[in-house]
Amino acid sequence: MSVIRIPPTLRADVGGARNVEAEGATVRDLLDDLMSRFPSLREQLVEDGDVAPFVNVYVEGEDVRTREGLETEVRPGSTVILLPAMAGG
Amino acid sequence: MATYRELLAQVKSEIDEVDAVRARELIETGDPVIVDIREQDEWDEGHIADAIHIPRGNLESRVETAAPDRSRTVLLYCAAGNRSAFAAKTLQELGYDEPLSLSGGFTDWKRNGFPVVLSAGLDASRRARYSRHLLIPEVGEAGQLKLLASKVLLIGAGGLGSPASLYLAAAGIGRLGIVDADVVDESNLQRQIVHSTERLGEPKVESAKRTIEALNPDVDVVAYQERLTSENVDRILADGWDVIVDGADNFPTRYLVNDASVWHDIPVVHGSIYRFEGQVTVLKPGDGPCYRCLFPTPPPPELAPSCAEGGVLGVLPGIVGSLQASEALKLALGIGEPLVGRLLLFDALTTEFNEVLIRRDPKCPVCGEHPTITEYVDYVEFCAGTREPA
Repeated sequence: MSVIRIPPTLRADVGGARNVEAEGATVRDLLDDLMSRFPSLREQLVEDGDVAPFVNVYVEGEDVRTREGLETEVRPGSTVILLPAMAGG
Repeated sequence: MATYRELLAQVKSEIDEVDAVRARELIETGDPVIVDIREQDEWDEGHIADAIHIPRGNLESRVETAAPDRSRTVLLYCAAGNRSAFAAKTLQELGYDEPLSLSGGFTDWKRNGFPVVLSAGLDASRRARYSRHLLIPEVGEAGQLKLLASKVLLIGAGGLGSPASLYLAAAGIGRLGIVDADVVDESNLQRQIVHSTERLGEPKVESAKRTIEALNPDVDVVAYQERLTSENVDRILADGWDVIVDGADNFPTRYLVNDASVWHDIPVVHGSIYRFEGQVTVLKPGDGPCYRCLFPTPPPPELAPSCAEGGVLGVLPGIVGSLQASEALKLALGIGEPLVGRLLLFDALTTEFNEVLIRRDPKCPVCGEHPTITEYVDYVEFCAGTREPA
């Protein structure tokens, strides 16, 4: 079980939660588990079968694009951060 | 009971002295810490290059910060070599291996025709204003003079630009440029503390300029009452800026600031906010990722509501904008470890700071090895059309 941090702009899709627990050994499994429970997230997070380019996914503080992308391993108890850009100032 | 002369003779017999010629050799061949223990007015009239100024009265309390390595030679001097003899004795007692007193002092040094540095000149009023900076070894007089010679450009005089501009002005940044086309609106005042109720309807850059000038007359404020665009960005950056503080409120400006900063080779202190959460990083061209490495494409509008649409806790830009000011000051001073390659995330609701690593993308279209974007694009279109099929 890992914890996924949900950014404020996606919280409406998960019933307002800031953190959601999900099961999976890789980022792909984890996001599949998340999106199976909150289907409206799929449109926000996935593009052409990959993580949408405007959302960064960090596992233990590292961008998965600099590791193995969706196949990046997620150890139980890890925190996964979903992070879209914010422009507000 | 000993007289002053007897005490001086006693102390001089217990310490090591060097004359001006030997001291100069030592400075040229060795690596001594040079400490000038005279009073402020004496120091102002000239001193030995690279000397640290610690008035005799503060020697015990400050020398360990200035010279933490007790095995390093410390060359102490005053005007004639008497006060520095007592200072050398004190350093012996503090456990320094090799404190040396310059016999004949600064007077003899000058008589030998050796080089003297004139203090660039913090006058008494500036010394008083910046005294809390002068006490910090990492800033000191040299650092304060750097700040007074620094030029920082703020993009936006809004939530982030308000605290950032106030703290940078208070710190004595010599020139602050502010780019903003808007006027002060009632809905701004919940967080934009550089403005005030009596400024409603006034251009934000004029309002900010008045507040800053009232806070610190040392600061030269350059007001650009215009929206940053592909057409004016080169003209504004050509005015010469050491650091850009990005407090814009929209994606087109963020990407424009990024591309321009890469091409002009100016570091950007990036801050952004939404509701309770903020992001801060330093985008330093050539030394870390650019904004496009971090976020290759902007999110679609429904995933990126502005503060005007989604709201923001009033104090949040105070925290994030102050962090930006802190990073900008570090860059101007050349000290510490700026947030290069690190994205700092703040959540006010849980009071948590998190940090993620961000890396330069070798395939980045702007700062990568083979850039494909080499001139300004239509940023509004770029940010509007991200989900259109190619």
